[in-house]
Amino acid sequence: MKLLVLLAALVAVATCTETFVGHQVLRVIPRSHEELHKVQELQHLEHLQLDFWLAPRGLGVPVDIRVPFPSLQAVKAHLEAAGVSYSIMIEDVQALLDEEQLEMLRSSRQLPLDTDTFNYETYHTIDEIYAFLDLLVAENPNLVSKLEIGRSTEDRPLYVLKFSTGGSNRPAVWIDTGIHSREWVTQASGVWFAKKIVQDHANNEGVASILKTMDIFLEIVTNPDGFAFTHSTNRLWRKTRSRHAGSICVGVDPNRNWDAGFGDAGASGNSCSETYHGPYPNSEPEVKSIVDFVKSHGNIKAFISIHSYSQLLLYPYGYTSTPAPDHQELDELAAKAVAALSSLYGTKFEYGSIITTIYRASGSTVDWTYNQGIKYSFTFELRDTGRYGFLLPAKQIVPTAQETWLALKVIMEHARDNSD
Amino acid sequence: SPAMELPPSHFPAARAAAVAVGYLRYLRGGPGRGLELRELRRARRQDIDDVGHKYYLELELEDVLDKDRRVSCTAEVLYHLGSTSCAPEVQVTVQGELRSTEEADQEFYNRIRSLEKELVAENIPDSHGNVPPELEPLHLLAWVASGYVIWQNSTENTKFHLAQVKHVKQVKRNDEDLQFDYVLLLHEMVSQEVLPWQVTVLWHPQHGARVSQ
Repeated sequence: MKLLVLLAALVAVATCTETFVGHQVLRVIPRSHEELHKVQELQHLEHLQLDFWLAPRGLGVPVDIRVPFPSLQAVKAHLEAAGVSYSIMIEDVQALLDEEQLEMLRSSRQLPLDTDTFNYETYHTIDEIYAFLDLLVAENPNLVSKLEIGRSTEDRPLYVLKFSTGGSNRPAVWIDTGIHSREWVTQASGVWFAKKIVQDHANNEGVASILKTMDIFLEIVTNPDGFAFTHSTNRLWRKTRSRHAGSICVGVDPNRNWDAGFGDAGASGNSCSETYHGPYPNSEPEVKSIVDFVKSHGNIKAFISIHSYSQLLLYPYGYTSTPAPDHQELDELAAKAVAALSSLYGTKFEYGSIITTIYRASGSTVDWTYNQGIKYSFTFELRDTGRYGFLLPAKQIVPTAQETWLALKVIMEHARDNSD
Repeated sequence: SPAMELPPSHFPAARAAAVAVGYLRYLRGGPGRGLELRELRRARRQDIDDVGHKYYLELELEDVLDKDRRVSCTAEVLYHLGSTSCAPEVQVTVQGELRSTEEADQEFYNRIRSLEKELVAENIPDSHGNVPPELEPLHLLAWVASGYVIWQNSTENTKFHLAQVKHVKQVKRNDEDLQFDYVLLLHEMVSQEVLPWQVTVLWHPQHGARVSQ
């Protein structure tokens, strides 16, 4: 929106005296304090006649600079000498004005300037989601921070957002989405949850009360290699992208790789299978990083892992038909959560233990977290029930996230009120 | 032995329901009608000695193009012992009327017959779940094809859904039928596998669909 106003202003000016032939708009996203400093230096070089459409605000936040043609070489040299990367957002400002292509700037594929202009109603790439994380942190530095808990097989960072109003090692809730990469509505919902937490806090409603005494950890792209693969190559890829010695095929099912009944019935020992458990528990860095995080945190009270599809809310166990010791409480809590979810759009969810409701599954996430003592361990399977399956239409993202959030709040509130 | 009540919310019953829905899509679906399961109301299972397991189901369906109407059905699904080799036996009774598709069927038939170039399409829905409106009839015809495949290939331990139409190609014929060669991707819930399946569908407004794998 701001770009349009600025361009409109330029149109007004251009019709009077100035011309913008050859002017370029460069975008820099400072990734370090050194880089930020370099960009800020430019602001003091008045002879360059730079016009900052977006002034430097902080790390990870875009800086947009309209550079007059005579200054282009100097500015680019200044940035390149310091190793600061930039992109050319507008190659020739005058050409843009001449063609009256103000509409180009409305394109949804432009990088959003902030989390208010981010489009929650569409599916995004990993770069777009990672940029969103940085924007959210930059806009809410007192509430949100980004933790790197590890790196994937293909060396992508594994990022977790921490939402905290203070304290030290407060009791916490963990939510992850996208552990199975083809379940796109989950990552998309995770992005929506992140924004929702920030909004609730700002408006002192919803989860604001939970944040008074608890922290929330949210890992949105839990399987980034798989997610990148669903964009580049195979939309229906589920597993990680690891290659293990002796394995013919690529990838391990990250929801069979946990140390709970590992390798028992309910997972496959065949690397080509979609439920391949991997060579040993936690062989996958995507899994190990969470295991390490949970163990070192030591104070997680609720752990919720989000999948799609089938419209189910599940609790342990999957690897054994022995009921979990807390199954009655978990069942009652699931009933409440599902009722809350359903209250919004009438979406019907079933609930129960993994093994009785869906099928036997060994080495699953919440069986491990439950056995670690995290009583409120749940797995969601979001919309739908098979009509679109993994290919859920984008217009269902926000309704899905909204209804799921109501169920998550029920679980979080119960965890807060029932933890010692 | 007597029939045992099953929780309709749990997968063993849901698997049998998926077979019944597949069978019904094959029998009654078409480019103008797609049947979807709204709710499994009731499920019972009977173990018949030397024969197999029989499921008795009460289902509520909807026609995705006629959503306000509720369609109630009863179904029986018999999985034969050692059932990996033969298809489950299915019987379905639909209560009441389904919306007529005569007009839509004829319009689709005429449109395809009048195409100069054979129709080709892929990735229905696309990665974002979109189906262009002009491809919706082909999408629903894929439900007919996948319904047949699901019925023919299900066992008590599988639950299939159509994940995506990977590819569809029209093949012009000298007779009156329309022919579409599909590559379907079927998602099997228990193994989580996505299996490609080649299917040919012959369709005619008055003769309905015939499917061959």
